[in-house]
Amino acid sequence: MLEDKDRIFTNLYADGDWGLAGARARGDWDGTKELILKGRDWIVKEMQDSGLRGRGGAGFPTGMKWSFMPKTTPDGKPLDGRPHYLVVNADESEPGTCKDREILRNDPHKLVEGCLLAGVAMGAHAGYIYVRGEFYNEASHLELAVQQAYEAGLIGKNACGSGWDFDLYVHRGAGAYICGEETALIESLEGKKGQPRLKPPFPAGMGLYGCPTTVNNVETIAVAPTILRRGAAWFSSFGRPKNVGTKLFCISGHVNKPCTVEEAMSIPLKELIEKHCGGVRGGWDNLLAVIPGGSSVPVLPKHICDTVLMDFDALREQRSGLGTAAVIVMDKSTDIVKAIARLSRFYMHESCGQCTPCREGTGWLWRVMQRMVKGQAELPEIDMLEEVTRQIEGHTICALGDAAAWPVQGLIRHFRPEMEQRIRNYKAALQAKAAAE
Amino acid sequence: MSGAHGHVEQPATFSFTPDNLAWAQKVIAKYPPGRQASAVLPLLDRAQRQHHNWLPRAAMDYVAGLLDMAPIRVYEVATFYTMFNLAPVGKWFLQVCTTTPCWLRGSDEVMAACERKLAIKGTGDASFHHSADGKFTVREVECLGACVNAPVIQVNDDFYEDLDGPLTEKLIDALAKDQAPPKGSMKGRKGAMAEGGRTSLHGMAKAGGDR
Repeated sequence: MLEDKDRIFTNLYADGDWGLAGARARGDWDGTKELILKGRDWIVKEMQDSGLRGRGGAGFPTGMKWSFMPKTTPDGKPLDGRPHYLVVNADESEPGTCKDREILRNDPHKLVEGCLLAGVAMGAHAGYIYVRGEFYNEASHLELAVQQAYEAGLIGKNACGSGWDFDLYVHRGAGAYICGEETALIESLEGKKGQPRLKPPFPAGMGLYGCPTTVNNVETIAVAPTILRRGAAWFSSFGRPKNVGTKLFCISGHVNKPCTVEEAMSIPLKELIEKHCGGVRGGWDNLLAVIPGGSSVPVLPKHICDTVLMDFDALREQRSGLGTAAVIVMDKSTDIVKAIARLSRFYMHESCGQCTPCREGTGWLWRVMQRMVKGQAELPEIDMLEEVTRQIEGHTICALGDAAAWPVQGLIRHFRPEMEQRIRNYKAALQAKAAAE
Repeated sequence: MSGAHGHVEQPATFSFTPDNLAWAQKVIAKYPPGRQASAVLPLLDRAQRQHHNWLPRAAMDYVAGLLDMAPIRVYEVATFYTMFNLAPVGKWFLQVCTTTPCWLRGSDEVMAACERKLAIKGTGDASFHHSADGKFTVREVECLGACVNAPVIQVNDDFYEDLDGPLTEKLIDALAKDQAPPKGSMKGRKGAMAEGGRTSLHGMAKAGGDR
């Protein structure tokens, strides 16, 4: 188990002051100037060596992502006159996920300091943090933290006395899951509907306002200062190779004590639930299934949950994913078909409407899933449902189509007998009713 | 888009108060010159706050003028994002999350309590439901991002968490008297910590425990 001395988010439970004084007492903003003066290449190298993979869901290596930003002149000016931008994705809306919320409200200075260091690493003198609109109170904490950092000279002109100028702005969204997709977020930040852009061009070449841009998740940016202070070797000492570091896990659903907790990567799922959440409601044997990484990743039945490790590669081997590490636990009382059907409704509601397979397909999935909940279907329709998810997956501009397809695919893969039984029961009930009449 | 079904009585004009206009100018300055359209979300939000928590068409036109945008571009934005209320809502606007993590923890009971207390029916979609006195509006919404504290209701700007049927009734009773309880867990749980006490960060705990 991870020891407290190795936890990054020490104010996770709001024990101390979330403002600047409290942050400094916890070790934030310590030696930031020296880190900046080590230079862009050093920061990127250290992040690459740390093995940090993006915490927003896709798990792309952070250091490598930062290295894609174009070069600048030695004094940090863009070569082609286009400014570089850092954009932080705080549009946390993936069902099950509530980790960035804790950073925004309890440890906002980790994020602010991380933005400055990431800005240096990508040659950016400006950053925007896009916070989901519903997080009004969380965004208020962040705004005040940014203001405190300006007043203390930590950001703004000559940030921390390092000679680097860095402006940071908080931007609130207005309710749209799709704005968590990086190019939709950029569109939204430009004042448009949040509809994803085709890639390429990638944001590192042409992002916000047509300028080189890197979009990172809140947690990714917020862990950067600690990694740079304590060293890549420290961070990479937790977890399995290629799946290293510490991670915020949020465990919801049918556990005795749902909570958000920072743990080492690659912790066994069972250990995570039993150590931190008081176990599954009714005991481990009462477990039915777990969605291990937010609503978009396929569900896992109990026999896989018994042994699976919580990291990118272990979960991918089980044809699921770590996603945002939002663990949704379901015990045996759960109507699993209904649980997944509710997610289909979520994706129907959140589809931006741009691509036909997603706009039409998500609604179709929801309508068919409603029938599957009742068993009001024919057995071959299960295969048809699976086939339609394959027609949505991979045929849209962004990954929302995939995200809508995967939960249904996971359900069919692991709970097909349950779906078939419902259909048979429904038919039997109809026949019995007809016979009685 | 929220609530714009059927006829809505629209005010003829809208303009920011001097304070809000000064605030808007500061917001516009956050974005590079010529990129003032970036301020459309914050300005529409502020307009809605100034106008009893709903956004009339006159306000969209006013914001379009301030930002030098074609009005249709602002209408597109106002109808795309769910937080813009295009029709009046009650003083207390209850957004009840029913997505799977909240549903697993009993959001059906929370919604049933809202229906019972406020004598409203048929909340199983994203439309607006008003109490008879117009003081409350209830709407089913998608994931609010507080799943560890499920089920959750957002009341205006604040989240009320760890709800069940009786706690929801208690919340509505308090709101009916205009005495909003402290935001956060209705069970008195501290943030996203495990109920009954922490499992990590023991050294950070202040004397007096975790409640």
